[in-house]
Amino acid sequence: MTNDTVLEVKNLKTYFFLDDNKVAKAVDGVDFSVRRGETVALVGESGSGKSITSLSIMQLINRPGRIVDGAVHFNGKNLLDMSDKQMASIRGNDIAMIFQEPMTALNPVFTIGNQIIEVLRKHKKMTKKQARKRAIELLKMVGFPRAEETVDEYPHQLSGGMRQRAMIAIAISCEPKLLIADEPTTALDVTIQSQILDLMMEMKEKFNMSLVLITHDLGVVAEYADRVMVMYGGQIVETSDKRTLFKHPKHPYTNGLLESLPSVDKEEERLGMIKGIVPPAHNFPKGCRFSSRCPKVMKKCFESNPELEEIEFEHSVRCYLYTDTDKEANHDSSQTKERSKS
Amino acid sequence: MTVLKQKKDQKADQQTIVKVENLKKYFPIKGGILKRTIGHVKAVDDVSFEIKKGETLGVVGESGSGKSTLGRMILRLLEPTEGKIVFEDQDITHLSNRKMRSLRKDMQIVFQDPFASLNSKMSIREIIEEPLLVQTSMSKKERQEKVVSLLEKVGLQPDDRVKYPHEFSGGQRQRISIARALAINPKFIIGDEPVSALDVSIQAQVLNLMKDLQDEFDLTYLFISHDLSVVRHISDRVAVMYLGRIVELASKKEIYENPLHPYTQALLSSIPTTDIDRKKEKITLSGDLPSPSNPPSGCAFRTRCPLVHERCAEERPEFNDMGEGHFVACHLFDKPSIRDEEVKQEKDMH
Repeated sequence: MTNDTVLEVKNLKTYFFLDDNKVAKAVDGVDFSVRRGETVALVGESGSGKSITSLSIMQLINRPGRIVDGAVHFNGKNLLDMSDKQMASIRGNDIAMIFQEPMTALNPVFTIGNQIIEVLRKHKKMTKKQARKRAIELLKMVGFPRAEETVDEYPHQLSGGMRQRAMIAIAISCEPKLLIADEPTTALDVTIQSQILDLMMEMKEKFNMSLVLITHDLGVVAEYADRVMVMYGGQIVETSDKRTLFKHPKHPYTNGLLESLPSVDKEEERLGMIKGIVPPAHNFPKGCRFSSRCPKVMKKCFESNPELEEIEFEHSVRCYLYTDTDKEANHDSSQTKERSKS
Repeated sequence: MTVLKQKKDQKADQQTIVKVENLKKYFPIKGGILKRTIGHVKAVDDVSFEIKKGETLGVVGESGSGKSTLGRMILRLLEPTEGKIVFEDQDITHLSNRKMRSLRKDMQIVFQDPFASLNSKMSIREIIEEPLLVQTSMSKKERQEKVVSLLEKVGLQPDDRVKYPHEFSGGQRQRISIARALAINPKFIIGDEPVSALDVSIQAQVLNLMKDLQDEFDLTYLFISHDLSVVRHISDRVAVMYLGRIVELASKKEIYENPLHPYTQALLSSIPTTDIDRKKEKITLSGDLPSPSNPPSGCAFRTRCPLVHERCAEERPEFNDMGEGHFVACHLFDKPSIRDEEVKQEKDMH
């Protein structure tokens, strides 16, 4: 772990132990790190494990879920070894989180001001008066024109975009080193979305934060992230800097995702498709988790799950097409097999 | 010329299937102890357009723009406050429920949430069979065969008919909704955010399916969505709504390559795209959508418009045809337009 690294997640495994002895491997061996001032995007479809990864970092996993293995190093300490009390002093203070639905994340019976003041008094030991003053400053910073009044308003009096601004004010109140934003703009309209994302970037610069941005929207990733991790079936299948990922995607899933996206800039008669559906987390195929949907599937893919391997500098892929030396032979045999089938 | 191009050209000459004139829907706001009407939410406020047979008209707008209300009014699932709806040359605005029912076999709707729009206690066979029972006099055997052929059409297995909705994923449920809508051979289908709840890979499957079915059955679509990329993909023409009004309506090419209304321009510029080399001028709109119960005077967009001028507060802009069916409601494009005057003034000065 270098000085530059803020967060390092190693071999994180979060399983959900369901009824009838099924085990849903929601997060299954995730490794990544976040550097200072960097925006890392975790992208994937529903059920890919991106949200559970972030909740595991914050240790907000409830039964029947459990973190069964791995380490989360933050500031040189393993968060998974900490007591509940120690963890409580980190949440909202050193690591803050923004959720998708601001209406459910904000407490409806407290004013916006109260919810910021609570955080400041707990973590920063401010007096009521200091905290209120700071709350107004923060609300101004995130773009409330009438902050002195808004501080005494309740969440239901604000629009969706304004609620998300209030969430950001709460999240940055203790100047955290790391901000985790879980689909922060998915519930918002596009014109509001760009306001909120621009604001998050501005705050990130201002407080020199690192940002983990969780989203399903590849457009948002392309515009705001530095590095990208594509998740599928509870694992990272491809990770690289943003430019490489969008210009030279390697994993068939990444390719498929990009091709299935309709573009606002150009005309296409038919969209690319990924056949089939995401397999359920309690019943992944034996080999590669994408094997049942992959257009380039080989015999080997059904036998074992490939490792995430670095194929060029800071570009890693979990796929036998790139990490297997005898892929040619394999590919040929799978083709003949397909032909004989049809 | 490709076959496809020819087909699109043919579409242009075809007759109008749906025509909407000055359609309005005002929802009353009740207040006080006596629950008197104290105001109105103008969900749809004076909207007119036509849909040609075989085409797809996309309707885009943010939440609260009235796009869903518009769709529901056309099917008479909501009663319009004012205006006229014509379906195949028949004024259906005031048709009785009974007459409407027989007409509904020609017009169907696919809703956004495939979890809420399928009855969880009915098997897939019962769900798809129901419109056949209501609208046709098919025998049991004929209905069975129809259900199987519909399931195959939408890419599901015939064996799936004995299953229940909870056994399917979101994308598969949306296929079932589409099969149900197709059961009675409708001419016109409204899709109210039909792919918004789906993941991108599944969204692409459903969009491709909708296109294939349109070609096969010569369907006309009204496609309602907040997603401009999806609308671009599926539509022939696009209407942009803002606060209950259509602010711009044009062919897909015109809307995306030559947007005139400042709102359309802002909307297009604020979509994040995956083309990381694209350098674009980003127009960030300030503020939120105003409340439709108390819309701004004059042009509804004026409170957020970067090009606002005095006249916008005073008069509501007319919906003008700028040529080749490109309609826009903005004072910048009035006739004689301010632009022309400015140009004239500049010329005079020289």
